[in-house]
Amino acid sequence: MPKRPAQNSIRPWAVAFWLLVWQGASMLFATLWPNGHLLLASPVSAALRLGELAVTAGFWRAIGWSALRIIGGFLLSCCAASLLAVPASRWRWVRELLSPLVATVKAVPVASFIILALVWLDSRSLSCFIAFLMVFPPVYLGVLEGIRQTDGKLLEMARVFRVPLGRQVRGIYLPAVLPHFRTAVSLGLGLCWKAGIAAEVIGLPGGSLGERLYSAKVYFQTPDLFAWTAVIVAVSVVFEKLFLALVDALAGKAGC
Amino acid sequence: MELQVHNLCKSYGGETVLRDVSFTAGPGVTCLMAPSGAGKTTLLRILLGLETADSGTVRIPADCRWAAVFQEDRLLEQLDAMGNLRFVLGKDFRETAASALLGELGLGDVGNKPVRDFSGGMKRRLALARALLAPSDILVLDEPFTGLDGENRARALACVRRAAEKPVLLVTHDEADAADLDAVLLRL
Repeated sequence: MPKRPAQNSIRPWAVAFWLLVWQGASMLFATLWPNGHLLLASPVSAALRLGELAVTAGFWRAIGWSALRIIGGFLLSCCAASLLAVPASRWRWVRELLSPLVATVKAVPVASFIILALVWLDSRSLSCFIAFLMVFPPVYLGVLEGIRQTDGKLLEMARVFRVPLGRQVRGIYLPAVLPHFRTAVSLGLGLCWKAGIAAEVIGLPGGSLGERLYSAKVYFQTPDLFAWTAVIVAVSVVFEKLFLALVDALAGKAGC
Repeated sequence: MELQVHNLCKSYGGETVLRDVSFTAGPGVTCLMAPSGAGKTTLLRILLGLETADSGTVRIPADCRWAAVFQEDRLLEQLDAMGNLRFVLGKDFRETAASALLGELGLGDVGNKPVRDFSGGMKRRLALARALLAPSDILVLDEPFTGLDGENRARALACVRRAAEKPVLLVTHDEADAADLDAVLLRL
């Protein structure tokens, strides 16, 4: 039986269609106004500009600069959220203590946090901090839910047979938590890149992807704007795929 | 090794489940028989340290090791039979002994198959194998023969009989099990 595409899968023909629409709109703008090509750069000019940028050292430095901070914030947040979910699952007061914090981070607009954080931190640490904040609630709540759904009967069995904690974690907790962790991380990865780059655009730390994006806007270099946007999307997608593959490999090893 | 239980009482929300239960179990099979809901599983849970009694005492040596077949199989579904045994036994796991016992219980050819693909009877026998292989001083078996056909029940009985050099507490509804194991009958 032929494999049916997933409901939200991206089909090449649909991508080609929208690229053509983009190209058409760009050509229309260029025809209607003298500097119309500046209002909407064509996909071809964006791709050509991306090619030019990709051979420069500054391009890779900017990617490295932002990726280091955003991925660093993401990883730190995953560790902190997972570690805090453990006592929160055990003691109600820890859960209650963290609950307003998590609710606040979820409810407050990211721009407010960015501006507030700019008061406390220098712009170079901003994207790391914002990525940390964005990832914390979904990962904390996901891991907490996973621990709470761990089969209590299996834990009793392990207790009777005096199975050491390390083995209980690998055999009972990990298979219960990893599916929740994966869902949370998938959500958090998208959020942390969007919010991290937004923080860089506002904070303008030198050498970051956000700064390049902002400069492109200021100097009306729309091909650059699209090229840098494509780079940000590509880097976030590649990291998401790599990290989720790592989680899946871990889940496979745990037998999930 | 001897297990001594004195005047054990337990109630839940005003409903008495165990009232002054006393018995002594030495080496051999002691068969607990009672109608459903009479507190057999509660008694086993208290003995295993999973619940506390309202009153009464359980006398066992402080370093007593328990092994159990629970009312449910309580297996790690994502692992295979050997993985489940390894999980509980740790450094005490011996592949030869595990394979031999699985073979005796009719599970010789499914050692590497995930437990989630096992039938109910296969899971029950694996849960029994786990309890028999674990180093223990007292063995607690809560209806270990449920869902086993005649041949597999006979195999399981033979393995339990061999383990009866230590105290074995067996919960069953079937008096034939008690008779086949020369068990001391204890009616709650």
